[in-house]
Amino acid sequence: MDKQDKIQVSAKNVNVFYGDKQALQDITLDVKRNKVTSFIGPSGCGKTTFLKCINRMNDLIDICRVEGEILVDGQDIYDKSVDVVALRAHVGMVFQKPNPFPKSIFENVAYGMKIHNMTTSKTELADRVEESLKSAALWDEVKDRLNEPGTGLSGGQQQRLCIARTIAVQPEVILMDEPASALDPIATAKIEELIYELKQNFTIIIVTHSMQQAARVSQQTAFFHLGNLVEFGKTTDIFTNPRDERTQNYITGRIG
Amino acid sequence: MANTHIVHAFDKDLAKIEGLLLEMVGLVESQIIDAITALSTRDTTLAEEVRKKDKRIDVLEHKINEKTVRLLALRQPMADDLRMIIAIMKVSSSLERIGDYVKNIAKRVTVLVQAPTIESSEKNLKRMGDIVQQMVHDVLNSFLKRDIELADQVRHRDEDVDLMNNTMFRELLTYMMEDPRSITACMHLLFIAKNIERAGDHTTSIAEQVHYLISGSLPEDKRNKSDVTSTMSVMPDSDG
Repeated sequence: MDKQDKIQVSAKNVNVFYGDKQALQDITLDVKRNKVTSFIGPSGCGKTTFLKCINRMNDLIDICRVEGEILVDGQDIYDKSVDVVALRAHVGMVFQKPNPFPKSIFENVAYGMKIHNMTTSKTELADRVEESLKSAALWDEVKDRLNEPGTGLSGGQQQRLCIARTIAVQPEVILMDEPASALDPIATAKIEELIYELKQNFTIIIVTHSMQQAARVSQQTAFFHLGNLVEFGKTTDIFTNPRDERTQNYITGRIG
Repeated sequence: MANTHIVHAFDKDLAKIEGLLLEMVGLVESQIIDAITALSTRDTTLAEEVRKKDKRIDVLEHKINEKTVRLLALRQPMADDLRMIIAIMKVSSSLERIGDYVKNIAKRVTVLVQAPTIESSEKNLKRMGDIVQQMVHDVLNSFLKRDIELADQVRHRDEDVDLMNNTMFRELLTYMMEDPRSITACMHLLFIAKNIERAGDHTTSIAEQVHYLISGSLPEDKRNKSDVTSTMSVMPDSDG
């Protein structure tokens, strides 16, 4: 099998419950390596819940229960032996609202590498910070102010800082939960451009409410509705010729 | 799609554009009928009318273009809406081309009336014209009823038009060789046949767009193409 076609994340019969309420029903899908996969669907359809299953962010919610199997690189991430901290370094996440630490720009990027003991010297750390900021297309804008607080950056820059922070710990997969929905069109365009660059080295899964954004950035699209995975396939097929009427109604803006 | 859009203005815009397209198809069909009638009855007044009416077709195409571009910019249509808009844009430009061919037929009628009639050829031309007019009529219905079978049928009917065009070509070449005085009339008839044949081709591509609109993909089977006039020759000594 070609490397490009390799499956990075594989979900089988995933059911998720919040207390008695079932949020996801029997989700089975495969995410390909070095591709961008987008999850779309109306609010409350379960797309973010599913995204958070992939790096066990749902563990933080007491009443949340996950059944079924999720494999990342063939490893069952819900297995008891899994180190959740290591998993979250391997499967990074970028949130809707940029959330830099109340620390300097440099420290924001260096922090993860420090707690994971990923570097052996200060110069190596500095190199890796620079490399990460370059990959996040932020270096040129911040190279002269690395010691200033990350919170002093603009919204779009903060979001790219969060992306730099995520890629600094060398994940394989990056989860993005509406990474551009709080940003203006220019900052959004920069994030989308960045996603395009990042997919060379990472597998990206993005939750978005903007259908045009999903169409622009992703190769695969999954449509969720009322906790079900309704349709999953090539992005071009989903947006020009969806098979399911629910997908059709949603993406064309009709009352389903 | 029976469901309406959450944004009602979207439905209104779509309906408006569809309405303009229907007016355009209707007009093109009646233009074909009138041009062919003008030809077979040698009615120059009717021919003149056809020429004038072509302007309305151009205006409609322009309006459709404007409105579809606006809708694309404002609504970013998806799925069947997107296919509808793309199909309408392509169909309207095909219709505009057919309009031009028909106008050209009408122009030639005004010259033809000054020459002696070549009866059998003119009858054949009328038959060709009738087929294309019926194709336009049926393709409109296939669009309105989202009838993919009818659209495919129209697409295949173009072969008949091509075959008739071949016959006309051969026939008119022979006439011209027999009597050089008939060359002017024959050349015009030949161009009229070509115009009808081209109109048939454009109707075929409209049928393909209807197929795309309904199914999301273009027809996969190869259409039989029978227009061989590009390589045809009739040698003076071939039929003694």
